[in-house]
Amino acid sequence: MTDITSSSFVRQDLLAERPAPVKTTGFIGLMRTRLFNSPTNILLTILGALLLWFTIVPSVKFLMVDAVWSGQDRTACLTENAGFAVGACWPYIQAKLPQLIYGFYPEAERWRVNLTFLLAVVLLLPLLTPRLPAKGLNASLFFVAFPVVAFFLLHGGGIKGFGLSWIAGLLQLFDESIIGAGQALLNLSKTSAVAPLLWVVGSLIVLVGTAISWLIFPLTWLRDYVQTMGQPVWADFAITAAIVCLIAFVLGGGARTGGRALAASIATFIAVAIVIELMGLDRGGLPVVTTNLWGGLLVTLVVSVTGIVTSLPIGIALALGRRSTIPLIRIFSIAFIEFWRGVPLITVLFFATYMLPLFLPGNFTVDGLVRALIGIALFTGAYQAENVRGGLAAIPRGQGEAAAALGLSWWKTTSLIVLPQALRHVIPNLVNSFISLFKDTSLVSIVALFDLLGSLRASFSDPKWSTPSTAFTGFAFAGIIYFIFCFGMSRYSLFVEHRLNAHRRN
Amino acid sequence: MSTGARKPPPQIALKIRRILGGKAGWNGVAVQFAFAAVLGWIGYEIVSNARANLENQHIAAGFGFLRNNAGFDVNQTLIPYTGSDTFLRVFVVGLLNTLVVSVVGIVFATVIGFIVALCRLSPNWLLSRVGEIYVEVIRNLPLLFQILFWYLAVLAALPNPRQSISLLGITFISNRGLVIPRPVGESGLEPFLAMLALGIVGSLALRFYARRALFRQGRMVRIWPYVLGLLFGLPLVTMLVSGLPLSFEMPQLKGFNFAGGSRIIPEFVALTVALSTYTAAFIAEIVRAGILSVHKGQMEAGSSLGLSRGATLRLIVVPQAMRVIVPPLTNQYLNLTKNSSLAVAIGYPDLVSVFAGTSLSQTGQAIEIIAMTMGIYLLISLLTSAVMSVYGWRVSRSLGA
Repeated sequence: MTDITSSSFVRQDLLAERPAPVKTTGFIGLMRTRLFNSPTNILLTILGALLLWFTIVPSVKFLMVDAVWSGQDRTACLTENAGFAVGACWPYIQAKLPQLIYGFYPEAERWRVNLTFLLAVVLLLPLLTPRLPAKGLNASLFFVAFPVVAFFLLHGGGIKGFGLSWIAGLLQLFDESIIGAGQALLNLSKTSAVAPLLWVVGSLIVLVGTAISWLIFPLTWLRDYVQTMGQPVWADFAITAAIVCLIAFVLGGGARTGGRALAASIATFIAVAIVIELMGLDRGGLPVVTTNLWGGLLVTLVVSVTGIVTSLPIGIALALGRRSTIPLIRIFSIAFIEFWRGVPLITVLFFATYMLPLFLPGNFTVDGLVRALIGIALFTGAYQAENVRGGLAAIPRGQGEAAAALGLSWWKTTSLIVLPQALRHVIPNLVNSFISLFKDTSLVSIVALFDLLGSLRASFSDPKWSTPSTAFTGFAFAGIIYFIFCFGMSRYSLFVEHRLNAHRRN
Repeated sequence: MSTGARKPPPQIALKIRRILGGKAGWNGVAVQFAFAAVLGWIGYEIVSNARANLENQHIAAGFGFLRNNAGFDVNQTLIPYTGSDTFLRVFVVGLLNTLVVSVVGIVFATVIGFIVALCRLSPNWLLSRVGEIYVEVIRNLPLLFQILFWYLAVLAALPNPRQSISLLGITFISNRGLVIPRPVGESGLEPFLAMLALGIVGSLALRFYARRALFRQGRMVRIWPYVLGLLFGLPLVTMLVSGLPLSFEMPQLKGFNFAGGSRIIPEFVALTVALSTYTAAFIAEIVRAGILSVHKGQMEAGSSLGLSRGATLRLIVVPQAMRVIVPPLTNQYLNLTKNSSLAVAIGYPDLVSVFAGTSLSQTGQAIEIIAMTMGIYLLISLLTSAVMSVYGWRVSRSLGA
């Protein structure tokens, strides 16, 4: 024992405490490591502080400190009357708020707009919360039922028929157009050099058209018969419901497994009947408010929600078309996508406003808002197609091959296996497209629709409120609204991305 | 007895079916026929309706109107233009205005975008927050909103020319736009330009020679003193010999407005500011993502090879980052060019404004005018994507080698 102690060194006294390491966390640590750790960094910090000082302080001063909060007209917001250099003129926003939100929507009918906003929020919130169940039902309510209900709420008016009359009318239109083309060829054959050929083709087309008109005769006869009854809408509704339920029953598997499909379609029709009855659509519905009275945030939201709802199916169809191996469909999809992606949205809106009416039959006028909506749907659809294509490309081939090995058809493979996975992959990209769509809705103000920005611009010209700070106040208000929507959507897309990549985190 | 591989059967029928109908075979052919029939029907309807509608409105179809007199003035023209010129000239004037605002916007957007990206990547906490705030605020506001903000709020709030804000006494900002000194060519201009061109060509040749020497013989040739001499010394010497190439006509306040100098219209200023700050926010994100995409091991490997920090950045990090940056950056340039069409909202005379706006309302030739306008934009974007696919092909080739 003793020789061990003599040969080995054992410390007899404790070491003095070393000073604690420099703190690198908390505010002090942040200042030490990331703000003031070197001369250059100190300079940069001063630069950043100056930048903030010259932007944030004047903004806060303008919006809060120097602002005028109440008043009746412009005199309240003039420096002479207020006694100080006036910042934001908030009474101007208070006075113009109805115009900025509803446009010229009649005051007595504004509850309809509020109800629509409420419905949208009630349907949208559960759809956006990943934890809640019944996403399929929720999505179909929001993407299919809500637009229809919102149309009859906002626009008003009723219906004269139901599925039967619409289908009969559409088929009749198609048939007339075919016969018209045939007649045109027959007329041409009287003067042309290749007369016999044209005559043969023309007669053939007319013959086909006549055959179709005989084929659809029972349908048109039934429609005309229904229209003579006392309750045409309800009679039509009953017939359509019966036919659709029968088809659903047969396609669902007949007596063996068709019960589910039958129950679902009956439930859908009962819901539709309740909506028709509640809104009195068969009796003319709510008073009509034409779209030239719509304005402000209402138009912004209508355009963006319609764009979102319509562009997604267009995008999916185009993306599938672009990946298809059928030559004509692939070429058409590529050309269509590249065309709309290659031109600016404003020319698309000009196209929809000035060129589209020329392409439609002369007796057929399309509402200005609807024209803009068509343009925006086509434009955004092309962009969504590229997003969806990215998702489709990310799905391993094995998924489709496994589905084919199980004996699923192309449609079932696509709709049950490939698309759900692909869409889930690209939710962040889709939401980003929705953000740019929401921002782009401001462009409709150029084609004489009064969205939020258009209403704002119109309100500037009101002499009652013309003060030096009116324009800044208006832009501050509209900017805050736009920012809240866009920033909220971008945060949501980040949240979804985070969730989707949960398995990659470690 | 050798049993060589048998030739596969030719399967001509299968190949034809594959070409005609894709994987779906004869079903695909049938689908194509139905699709072509529907397309043909829609096309026929469009043509016949358009013809009937034009006849009702007494509008003659065709491009003949391009030779008619326009009869309206344009407040910014790069080429001589008067109201008695033709609509074709209006088209060219508008196109040039679109291109000039795009090019100026692209230059500023790139500069601001790189600065903001560097701010966001800076180790300084405060500066990176400032960059983040800039990007978030700008990206979440509509571009049209920003254009109108600059035009209706900021520029309109500036004082009138008599009280205009002066920068160094040579440039004046007022609510009538920006007045800058106008360069006037002097006698020394031509030799100066010739020498400048010579200098550029000489520098390029030197660079070519140096690279050849490096790659063929492994010899480093120091060329930068000669390049500097060629690019700056040669024109300077010429300037001393043959006099100044340019003189500047200074703007002078006379009465209520400026005389002399050249005036940049406020619409141009507002549009350029809005377009470049807006696109800069997107460019900043692209540049940041590009630089972050280079693994930090690359930097470490460079320094372990004995390269200096600057050389590592220049030779290793930036080329790899550029590969990620360039395609989306071009996309943003294209977006800026397309977004310049928003000029119509504030009356800057770009292609959409003077051609699809004023000319359309004067002649009513909607189909021709909108087709021409869309066609030009389509041409620009198709050309850009063609160039970009060549670039992508070259990059993938250099990666593969």
